[in-house]
Amino acid sequence: MSRRSLTRRAFVVGSVAVAGGAAFGVYMLGKPHDNPLEATLGPGEAALTPYVRIDAQGVTLITPRADSGQGVAHVQAAFLAEELDVDLEAVRVDPGPPGAAYWNTALAGEAAEFTVPSGGLMRDLAESALGAAMKVIGLQITGGSTTVPDQFVKLRAAAASARETLKQAAAARTGVARDALRTEAGQVILPDGTALPYGALAGDLAGVAVVQDVALRPPSAWRYIGQPMARIDMVAKCTGTQTYGIDLEIDGMVHAAIRLNPAQGGAMTGFDATRALQMRGVQGVVAVTGGIAALADNTWRAMQAAEAVEVDWGPAPMPATMAQHWQALSEAFTEDRRDSRKRDDGDVETALAGGEVIEAEYRAPYLAHAPLEPVSAIVRVDDGKAEVWTGTQIPRFVQKNVARIAGIDPEAVTLHAQMMGGSFGHRLEDEVVRRATEIAVQRPGVPVKLTYSREEDMTHDFPRQIAMARLRGRVAEGRVEAMDLRVACPSVMASQMGRQDMPVPGPDSQIVAGAWNAPFAFPHHRVTGYRAPELAPVSSWRSVGASHAGFFHNAALDELIHAAGADPMEERLRLCSDPLARKVLEAVAEMSAWTGPLSAGRGRGVALTTSFGVPCAEVIEVRHTDAGIRIENVWVAAEVGLVVDPVNFENLVQGGVIFGLAHAMNCEITYEGGIAEQANFDSYPGMRLAQAPKIAVRGLENGAALRGIGEPPVPPAAPALAGAIFAATGLRLREMPFSRFIDFA
Amino acid sequence: MKFTVNGVRHEADVEAEMPLLWVLRDELKIKGVKYGCGIAQCGACTVHLDGEAVRSCQIWAEDAEGAEITTIEGLGTAEALHAVQAAWIARQVAQCGYCQSGQIMQAAALLAGNPAPSDAEIDAAMSGNLCRCGTYPRIRAAIHDAADRLREA
Repeated sequence: MSRRSLTRRAFVVGSVAVAGGAAFGVYMLGKPHDNPLEATLGPGEAALTPYVRIDAQGVTLITPRADSGQGVAHVQAAFLAEELDVDLEAVRVDPGPPGAAYWNTALAGEAAEFTVPSGGLMRDLAESALGAAMKVIGLQITGGSTTVPDQFVKLRAAAASARETLKQAAAARTGVARDALRTEAGQVILPDGTALPYGALAGDLAGVAVVQDVALRPPSAWRYIGQPMARIDMVAKCTGTQTYGIDLEIDGMVHAAIRLNPAQGGAMTGFDATRALQMRGVQGVVAVTGGIAALADNTWRAMQAAEAVEVDWGPAPMPATMAQHWQALSEAFTEDRRDSRKRDDGDVETALAGGEVIEAEYRAPYLAHAPLEPVSAIVRVDDGKAEVWTGTQIPRFVQKNVARIAGIDPEAVTLHAQMMGGSFGHRLEDEVVRRATEIAVQRPGVPVKLTYSREEDMTHDFPRQIAMARLRGRVAEGRVEAMDLRVACPSVMASQMGRQDMPVPGPDSQIVAGAWNAPFAFPHHRVTGYRAPELAPVSSWRSVGASHAGFFHNAALDELIHAAGADPMEERLRLCSDPLARKVLEAVAEMSAWTGPLSAGRGRGVALTTSFGVPCAEVIEVRHTDAGIRIENVWVAAEVGLVVDPVNFENLVQGGVIFGLAHAMNCEITYEGGIAEQANFDSYPGMRLAQAPKIAVRGLENGAALRGIGEPPVPPAAPALAGAIFAATGLRLREMPFSRFIDFA
Repeated sequence: MKFTVNGVRHEADVEAEMPLLWVLRDELKIKGVKYGCGIAQCGACTVHLDGEAVRSCQIWAEDAEGAEITTIEGLGTAEALHAVQAAWIARQVAQCGYCQSGQIMQAAALLAGNPAPSDAEIDAAMSGNLCRCGTYPRIRAAIHDAADRLREA
């Protein structure tokens, strides 16, 4: 069983005294980062490591990982509860302050067993100078579906040591040997049945040496991992009592609304606030980078006032028409713009030199992240220090940027991380915090709560990259013989990290993610990435590069398989070169009872993309109705090494499929004169409940490595849908969104 | 203006055209009702106004004068869950959860008028409520589950 290989590495568990108890955390050898919680300690207290805090109040998980709805807080609490013998419901969760010691091991590709063997973001980051830069800055990013792999061993190790140290404290107090004690439901149990709650022992922990090298429990002893769990945030989210960043109120705060240059990235050249300042509740109008902000005693009044300001705008620093954006991509397929050639099997040029060559071009549009909670931040700047309340995936960058704008030290910035109403990568940017800080420095001592309107949020999102691909291919004797796929797009990594003043040297593997590592062996197979110039600024969108390149590769493969006269499933199975991916394909073939073409008006498509180390296959079935295409069924399988919680897993996979389908169906951001033409959900509709198909999910556990599932279900959805539409209608869709060419029922 | 929210009488000194959404959130500090779009495209702000599910971003304060309003906080609590909330928890519906107050209020209104809705009736009632996380399969299952709970109650 693969789980045996999920072993711990050389960790050292640290324990330090805190008021009324102790905290336990993991240090990895050779990691000289400062301890992030030192600033919170009183005089005479030792350095504190993150992760598990035990005091009179019970057990608290201190986790820096942002939860935008994936349930990462819940999963981490389960890892902790598994070894600590505390009920999952009894674990409190605190985000803790930003700190270098929290850095994301998996994302930086540090630990060998956590890295993606081929094709993933992490390996590619580690291979580049960016990986080294991340170590220097102490990367604390939630992204790349890395939280579960990163914390699976660390948290259990910390919890196991904490449990044994609690037993040691009980042994010292009672005179009973530690190995005669057991633990259960947050208590140490003596042989005579006497129960000592952890909280009652917490005060003794300061004098007890931490028990090291505690063996982790085998999977057969797990109570939570692998079982359906009740998410710890579920009751609050179903009773309206979950506080999100946008709900937070701080005493004395003022509400702010923003109006940025409608042309993305353009300047604000002047404004007249006379009328706005006469409106009820308005407390001022101030300039910010690229726009103005109105201050008022109420969110709505601030938004009304911002609209009432007369503003002069500068032009957008991007091409004026979408035709020009596409032209720039079209012109990027040149040798001097070649970014990577990570796949070059056989001899593509010779294979394509004779006979009929199949050619096609594919396109993927800009896409907004559009989580349902518009972004907001509360910032107070005063007397050489600042406090920030916001939901973010990049707390260290937030700290640095607030400090820079306020002219103070990063250590003087206290960040209170808030629950997020979705992200999909949106909260990997921190524009809202920067603008709120610009306002706050103009109102010293006053907490300023900046809330973006939906329109400001969507039109000033840094969208998913626009992308284009060109296929040349050849088939022979009913088989795919050669594929030459060239992909051009701006570098999302360069754009995103550029806003954090971090250069990104080397190739951007996201341009070809999900394509170059497609687990298929054609005799001749080449994937080349071309870096287009930055047009609109772009940012990581759920599944990043695989969201476009996974579509391109699967769609191109479908065209070749059709030209060969083969079956999309059978030919993929024949060509599949990765045993784990093959099992995923076999699973969806079995789940969907794939038997080839369906009756007239119905069609199925299949796609397989490996992203973030997870091979994920989907079969989609559609019906061509009078009202348009109806998506009826989806079967999806993914290889994740271990399904931590089958219920949350199914929910995330179903959601990822719907996310992929929704955008493939009918979403795009287009710019005219630099102005996004979609500002709200009337023009960026997505999928509604009536359109949602049945989705059957299977998680496979054949692999040795534990993987996150937040992103991998997204890339196969669009190409599987395109394949299904082709099978049902004969219409070959090569450009998203498909609603440009066909209606959806 | 005067109105009743979750059984409690309130007075608010606000502009006639201030949307009920912002009266509730910013004046009365009732935060379970969410802002998502402001143009009746997402349903996150759904509340019951005199028993009917409405988008509170589209109701002017003056049009709520004298109304009985119920928000998610008044539907049920952790200690005394409404059947729809109990079904949502049993089915583990929420991911980010931001849309779910509105989804639950919409579903509760549907079931109040139709104790055993078909899939087509669920589609018609619920398609104004957007979930960006894509929890629709679980929402559909939870509504059927809630209908069962209400029948058994």
